[in-house]
Amino acid sequence: MRLKSLELYTEHPEYEFAVSGHRACQGCAEMLALRLALKVFGEDTIIAMATGCMEIISTPLPTTSWRLPWIHVAFENTAAVASGIESALRILTEKKKIPRKDIHVVAIAGDGGTSDIGLQALSGAMERGHKFTYICVDNEAYMNTGIQRSSSTPYGAMTTTSPPGKRSIGQSTQKKNMPKIAAAHNIPYVATACPSYPFDLLAKVKKARMANGPSYLHILSVCPTGWRIPSDLAIRYGRLAVETGVFPLYEIEKGKYRLTYNPEPLRHVVDYMNGQGRFRHLTVKTISQIQEKVIKDWGKMKYLCGVK
Amino acid sequence: MKEGKTGIEVSIAASIAAKLARVEVVAAYPITPQTHIVEHLSELVANGELDASYVNVESEHSAMSACCGASAAGARTFTSTSAQGMELMHEILFIASAMRFPIVMAAVNRALSSPLSIWGDHSDVMAARDTGWIMLFCENGQEVVDSIIMAFKIAEDRRVLLPVMVNLDGFSLSHVIEPIEFPSQEKVDAFLPPYDPLYTLHPDKPVTMGAYGMPELYTEAKYAQEMALIDSKKVVIEVMDDFGKRFGRSYKPVETYNTEKADTVFIALGSINENIKTAIDMLKEEGREVGLIHLRLFRPFPSDELIAALKGVKRVAVIERAMPGGAMNSPLFNEISSLVHSNSMGIQLNNYIVGLGGRDVNPEDFHGIIDDMLSPEAKKETPKEEKNYRVIGVRG
Repeated sequence: MRLKSLELYTEHPEYEFAVSGHRACQGCAEMLALRLALKVFGEDTIIAMATGCMEIISTPLPTTSWRLPWIHVAFENTAAVASGIESALRILTEKKKIPRKDIHVVAIAGDGGTSDIGLQALSGAMERGHKFTYICVDNEAYMNTGIQRSSSTPYGAMTTTSPPGKRSIGQSTQKKNMPKIAAAHNIPYVATACPSYPFDLLAKVKKARMANGPSYLHILSVCPTGWRIPSDLAIRYGRLAVETGVFPLYEIEKGKYRLTYNPEPLRHVVDYMNGQGRFRHLTVKTISQIQEKVIKDWGKMKYLCGVK
Repeated sequence: MKEGKTGIEVSIAASIAAKLARVEVVAAYPITPQTHIVEHLSELVANGELDASYVNVESEHSAMSACCGASAAGARTFTSTSAQGMELMHEILFIASAMRFPIVMAAVNRALSSPLSIWGDHSDVMAARDTGWIMLFCENGQEVVDSIIMAFKIAEDRRVLLPVMVNLDGFSLSHVIEPIEFPSQEKVDAFLPPYDPLYTLHPDKPVTMGAYGMPELYTEAKYAQEMALIDSKKVVIEVMDDFGKRFGRSYKPVETYNTEKADTVFIALGSINENIKTAIDMLKEEGREVGLIHLRLFRPFPSDELIAALKGVKRVAVIERAMPGGAMNSPLFNEISSLVHSNSMGIQLNNYIVGLGGRDVNPEDFHGIIDDMLSPEAKKETPKEEKNYRVIGVRG
């Protein structure tokens, strides 16, 4: 397994499609995730990107950080824009107006652009079966506008619109299960990933690229600014999210679940939550409730993946 | 398609025009009264008569978004919508024009909710009038067919590169059967060559589209876009002239009817102009001379042509199918008023609102309007605080 991953890595090591000079925060794991993913997608790729951190840090007119054809239209419509591009490429190739080439369309949006405002466009694009990959870079809140809660913000987290107070615990709802929603569209490939596990991420990007139809990648992207952690700890917190079972790494290939990394025995969630400013108001009692939920969900995930 | 005129529903004719223009991507969402256009287009694609990708999007917002993506990838792109659909895609209308995508849209004009009304008026397009699109208004079915073909030629001209909205009235035009002459495919091909985009999304030459503008660049970007829209009028006229030479049907941005002898004229948009012409003919029989100025081009606003058409005119009745929404007058009136007053033309202007939500407008209504205009009260030009306009036929 390890050797295979190394081979995968050496297949795509050198060329950068996301180049330096962008304005991402120090320690941004989202940019890291995209940098790695684009190496696998390679040069025959067109990116459609939603409004959000990655868009705003990369393209102040007249500069760009992308060495690939890249388009941004609006916030909630990335999947629709990608649908249009894919449909156009198909007909233009058929009509021999552009040379026959295996061009892949990649739509990229944050968790707000995916699980909230862009959900309808994404559902439509997956249902129609366009051959494209949708990447949700999930940093668990609207970080670009200043850390407001999204439906992907975890229970208990403090954001600027889910502040803890006398009558509030912080985020009062559970994180929306986007990969499961994507999988419900019966698309050929769905996976979760995290740049703290680069080989796992690269392998999944490759599968998403090869899928015969829509593919969906949900990438947990640690945001030191929004999570209120030191910027040199983004990779560590990504690992802790996985090792505690908070963010399982799995894939759903043609409906079949598979755990791609089993971190058992799981660490206690307190290891993950400690040190994150967004959770520091939580009581021991709340943390133990969160622990219970994580264990329960982990059990379900193991069952789905057929892991005893 | 056989030579000569065919009796055909205007919506079906509109989709045949899109086919004659050899559209490559259609992304649309059904909404009454646009449905027959997209139904027939999907049928043409399904039968293999039109070699295009038909994207069954899940909303009008996604329709316009998919059109942006397809146009960016270099495809000739078409869509159609009405009312609520146009409002749902409103955000993307601005982006389509600012990103200079030559998309053509047939806008089947319909009233906006609420109360919910599927019937025609211009409240949808008037709400979208400043989105940076070139806007044409059609009087009849033949004009719809010809305008859709011309729209692609205008939009794709390298001097323009802007989207074009072809407006046709819901039901009163879209659903009527009219005798229409279809140009042959060969003649359309000769008039409208394949789309040759300036930039496309392609890995062979990566470009970044839709970057954001800091304050030091945004103004310049918008100014350049505005200049392109204003300058597009030249191309609109060129294309209309060329079309006339090739197909024998000539169009102008502003057209007149019976204005030679008349010093009182109507100004209106869309199919209501045919009703007005009927009313004018009836008035003529009574020995009264009234004219009509028909705006075929609404954006960019054809000021010079309108000034020329208004020469010698003393009274203008601006007929509009939309409420002012708290403004002093309805949108078209405000623009004509601005033109007349800034050029010190000294014309009496009156504002009449008719035909909201599909309400019938009869020739007698126009007789009443003329009588109203000639009344001593109507000559008072001083703007009042409220109701500088009359809503024809309103009860209560």
